[in-house]
Amino acid sequence: MLLTLSTTHHPATDLSHLLHKHPDKYQTIELSNGKAHIFYPHATDTHCTVALLLDIDPIGLVRNSGRTGDGAFALRQYVNDRPYVASSFMSVALSKAFSTAMNGTCNKRPELVDQIMPFEITISVLPAPKGGELLIRKLFDPLGYQVNLERHMLDHQFTEWGMSKYFTLKLSGNFKLKDVLSHIYVLIPALDTEKHYWVGAQEVEKLLDKGEGWLKDHPEKEQITRRYLKGIGGLTRNALGRLLEDEEWNEEEAVDEEPDQAKETLHYKRLKCVMEELKNSGAKSVIDMGCGEGKLIKMLLKEKQFDKIVGVDVSFRELEKASQRLHLQEMAPRQRERLEIFQGALTYRDQRLYGFDAAAIVEVIEHLDPNRLHAFERVVFEFAQPNTIVLTTPNSEYNALFEKMEANQMRHADHRFEWTRNEFESWGRQVAQKNGYQVVFKPIGEESENVGAPSQMAIFTRQSA
Amino acid sequence: MNTEIKIPELSLVVLVGISGSGKSSFAKKHFKETEVLSSDKCRGIVSDDENNQAATDDAFDVLNYIASKRLKNGLLTVIDATNVQAEARKPLVQLAKSFHCLPVAIVLNVPERVCEDRNAKRPDRNFGKHVISQQRSQLRRSIKDLKREGFRHIYILDSVEEIESITAIKREKLYSDKKEDTGPFDIIGDVHGCFTELTSLLTTLGYTIQEAENDSTHHGFNVQAPEGRKVIFLGDLVDRGPDSPSVLKLVMSMVNNQTAYCVPGNHDMKLHKYLSGKDVQLKHGLALTVEQLKNEHPHFINQVKEFLYSLVSHYVLDGGKLVVAHAGLKEEMHGRGSGAVRSFCMYGETTGETDEFGLPVRFNWASEYRGKPIVVYGHTPVPQAQWLNRTIDIDTGCVFGGKLTALRYPEQELVSVDALQVYTEPVRPLNWDATKALSQQQEHDDVLDVADVIGKRIITTRLRNNITVREENSIAALEVMSRFAINPKWLIYLPPTMSPSETSALNDYLEHPIEALNYFKSQGVDKVVCEEKHMGSRAILVIGKDEEAIRTRFGIENEGIGVCYTRTGRNFFTDSELEKQFIDRVNKALTSADFWTRFQTDWVCLDAELMPWSAKAQALLKDQYASVGAAASAALTHVMDVLTETTARNLGGLDELQKRFAAKKEMMADYTTAYRNYCWPVNSVDDYKLAQFHILATEGAVHVDKDHVWHMNEISLLCAHDPQWLMATPYHVVDLNDQTAVDATIQWWTELTDKGGEGMVIKPYQFITTGKKGLVQPAIKCRGREYLRIIYGPEYTAPENSVRLKNRGLSGKRSLALREFALGVESLERFVKKEPLRKVHECVFAVLALESEEIDPRL
Repeated sequence: MLLTLSTTHHPATDLSHLLHKHPDKYQTIELSNGKAHIFYPHATDTHCTVALLLDIDPIGLVRNSGRTGDGAFALRQYVNDRPYVASSFMSVALSKAFSTAMNGTCNKRPELVDQIMPFEITISVLPAPKGGELLIRKLFDPLGYQVNLERHMLDHQFTEWGMSKYFTLKLSGNFKLKDVLSHIYVLIPALDTEKHYWVGAQEVEKLLDKGEGWLKDHPEKEQITRRYLKGIGGLTRNALGRLLEDEEWNEEEAVDEEPDQAKETLHYKRLKCVMEELKNSGAKSVIDMGCGEGKLIKMLLKEKQFDKIVGVDVSFRELEKASQRLHLQEMAPRQRERLEIFQGALTYRDQRLYGFDAAAIVEVIEHLDPNRLHAFERVVFEFAQPNTIVLTTPNSEYNALFEKMEANQMRHADHRFEWTRNEFESWGRQVAQKNGYQVVFKPIGEESENVGAPSQMAIFTRQSA
Repeated sequence: MNTEIKIPELSLVVLVGISGSGKSSFAKKHFKETEVLSSDKCRGIVSDDENNQAATDDAFDVLNYIASKRLKNGLLTVIDATNVQAEARKPLVQLAKSFHCLPVAIVLNVPERVCEDRNAKRPDRNFGKHVISQQRSQLRRSIKDLKREGFRHIYILDSVEEIESITAIKREKLYSDKKEDTGPFDIIGDVHGCFTELTSLLTTLGYTIQEAENDSTHHGFNVQAPEGRKVIFLGDLVDRGPDSPSVLKLVMSMVNNQTAYCVPGNHDMKLHKYLSGKDVQLKHGLALTVEQLKNEHPHFINQVKEFLYSLVSHYVLDGGKLVVAHAGLKEEMHGRGSGAVRSFCMYGETTGETDEFGLPVRFNWASEYRGKPIVVYGHTPVPQAQWLNRTIDIDTGCVFGGKLTALRYPEQELVSVDALQVYTEPVRPLNWDATKALSQQQEHDDVLDVADVIGKRIITTRLRNNITVREENSIAALEVMSRFAINPKWLIYLPPTMSPSETSALNDYLEHPIEALNYFKSQGVDKVVCEEKHMGSRAILVIGKDEEAIRTRFGIENEGIGVCYTRTGRNFFTDSELEKQFIDRVNKALTSADFWTRFQTDWVCLDAELMPWSAKAQALLKDQYASVGAAASAALTHVMDVLTETTARNLGGLDELQKRFAAKKEMMADYTTAYRNYCWPVNSVDDYKLAQFHILATEGAVHVDKDHVWHMNEISLLCAHDPQWLMATPYHVVDLNDQTAVDATIQWWTELTDKGGEGMVIKPYQFITTGKKGLVQPAIKCRGREYLRIIYGPEYTAPENSVRLKNRGLSGKRSLALREFALGVESLERFVKKEPLRKVHECVFAVLALESEEIDPRL
């Protein structure tokens, strides 16, 4: 909401020359959803401070966004921290208010542009949701700032709620003004990550432009780039690739560093195991119950053995993703005939699930409330009755090896339970016995002593089949 | 000479005749245009040329398709094509059979020369003479085959004169159609010669049985029915039991003097076969019947034979609301006639497998029954007559030592007399499934079928007729329901959304009671109840007296004695131990208030608000409300400091800026105060407060017929049993024509909301109120000025903001509220009427689906 920038350079009012803003005038500029006020609280030879105060229109923010609500959290739109924090709005305001200074132009006093001055910058308030204080320091320290942080409490009346994600940030150090502005321009949105506008290829250009001369050597350049570009992989790779001119950039390495990507690898292993089992079963028709965005389907399509592949998921959005990823619209007619995708829930009896040689149920059951498992069992094992069922679920014993996980925490916020090998196997045996299946269990991923493998799989085979 | 042709009301009429024989003219004269499907027209439709013989295959595809849709919908259909070849007629007979309609052939047998002359006059019919002669000879060969091909009615009109002499085609009702008879009825299951039990059951039902002389009507009995009632015998009158002849005599007497209907059972038909001299094995009790009939007069035997022959496979009664058949009947066969229908009525459907007793495994057609009419049947002995999907098997195995059961219709009451003895040992013990804890319907409802919820749906409700759920909304609901909602067996109700009052005309307010009260007045409502709006979360409670009550009424085992769920059907509590304590505490209050006895129930569904809001919305409060407050207060404090520092510089225009931000800071502080009202720490169940406001339903009753003061009073009685924890809702009854009362209510609201209260809910005095424009909103909320900060944002009261926010439309919200209200009441009524779970679930599902319609969430 507020940024102040002070210097004790002598004469301090040189700052106003650099900024192209008259020290005795209070000015207002228009932004897309509000205004920015610029004024100088101090303007003497010894001490000059400029203030950039955002005045965001909270109603306009909602009404002009064109976005539609998503249930309960749509309230977010009006009860919103955006007007009060330093976010991408601040960066936009900075570049609008101080564009000449940022570009390093000062026609009247060109020598000032490269003048290093002592600066003190205060930003109220900066949201830093993930990583918090540590992250802020990691971003500003390497650039040579002295960082002073004040973290604010959520509510003084409810101290048990703890601290908020908001900080008042004080930076000080000796810099060229244009560098200070560029640093702030890039690092504020990198900390906030919630951009108020669409992040497109253009943002890569802005990042490279404003990061010129410092971002390349910043130890957190990857994180800054990723966060600035809202974690959009393609853009991030593009930006980093160009930033580093391909000398030290190694995509594989970066992928492994990303926690989400590491999980991906386990997931890939899992899908390969499932796929092997499906192939070994001799199935010709396969139904992927809980197909998500269609990763397994994509693998199944490559196998000639399967002449009928069906994907079911309860999430329509996932199915839309799947049909995009699988290029359903443009698929060749022969391929297209093999594949069908529809929405369904595994707790409702569903004729469309009947008559398949095999079913894959990958990482699905842990998303069901335990008391809904009964319905799931009947729908799949009693009614749909595929000859082979390959079912996977996490092995909770392995969680002990995930350093970041707390005890009793689950791997995903939506997991309703995670089973030990014993729990899974006893459930599997009971279900098999009740419904006339035989079952074997196999680990997925590398096994560790005492805790087993990260994931576990059961292969059910119908006895009469 | 015939002048009138009779055909069954629902038949497939196949016109047979060579080109030019006048089929189209005949069809036009005697049938509705939409009833006639012409092959020529279909040729035209698929090829733009009615005489294009190359298009014949496609044309018949279209014709068959349309015909099948019409027959499925129970509409008479006429096929206008030459149909002179057996292979052309065969698929039509098949088609009629597959829809259980009777195929009728009307042959227009006109001399070749007449046809040639007619064709010659038509420029488009230039096919050669040989075509006509060929058709002619095919026709000649066909005529004698029609009966063998399966046509049930055949009319051969041998000349132009004969064709022209037909003045009308009379459509006759099927024998099974007794829709005009509305009852009341006493429907009696398989008697199997148990004469004593039958007379005792009839007596219990209020019939008087007297001996009578044999005459044309009476076979030794004269039965008087009570107040215009009639018996319906479901067949299997004979075999296995001690006195089949007397049963026949009684039933025949009653049918003759029109105090009874009777449909045939498989045993009756077998007896008929035997009496007709056919070769029949004397098994399954037939030998006994034959023995018992030995001393009867041949005249009587003849009458039995005639009687049995006259029996109609099934009846459709009471305007189509009731169907009776010996072994039941699928919906698509109701009121239809075919061999398949008759066979189904007699034997039901079997899977071809046999069970552990060597008996054929009966395919339970009733479990797939989705029809509206009630189907009452027998045939399969069951220990207890039970409803399943609006069907009921009332053969309770009297002859096997069970009971003889009658279903009183429309009362739907079961009346039984016990068998005096076991006359025949059953192959399969009668009580073989008596150990099952859940009812047949509950077992069936254990898993719902997705076909009953997905796609576009239209739900008929008592309060608002048909409510449409669009497909995209059911897509959204399926995900929410299956991922987050509780076990659907608990979910008998979801509350409707509530509309706010119209936007206030007053400057300082977005909502004010004036508009809320005016709404009701404008609807012609004179009396309303204004209830304080609680600052918590909506909670629906379903609570049983004990686990046994939940098992028997809800079919739920091992899930405790109750649930508390949110307005979207999610479990209110994530901590199951806490939930148990909570439910137990409510249950204790109910028990202590003697609720179960007073309401003659062992379960209740309550509508309530559970406080504090912070308990449920902890994450929302911290991540959203407190976060915004923290950010804003830190930032604004800094802003004000800097602005104050700047004052000394006397910059033009800065005063205004300072005022502007000072106002923001003040609004922020008000905002923080507003949300803090909703928070208090919750460490145990004691820290909650529960405010109930509707006693929605108990066994046999949905309490929407009571006014809100009744609800408030009943609830305050309950509150007295746990006053620390249960909260009665402060309320005012307001006569809208009494300005003093109206002013006092406004005053009350103002004081309430000034203290930080959320506001009030205004309801029409009667739970369900119909006004000038139909159903009136069941409730309108009027929210306090401060409370609205947490809805419209901290700065919503700034003039430049409020002027924009006042522009809001309510019509979408109001329509939604009414539709959801109607669905909610409907789901409760269906549950109370013990309808299948899917019927309840479809309403609840629809409420959830409607909630995904795009409506401003701040309303």
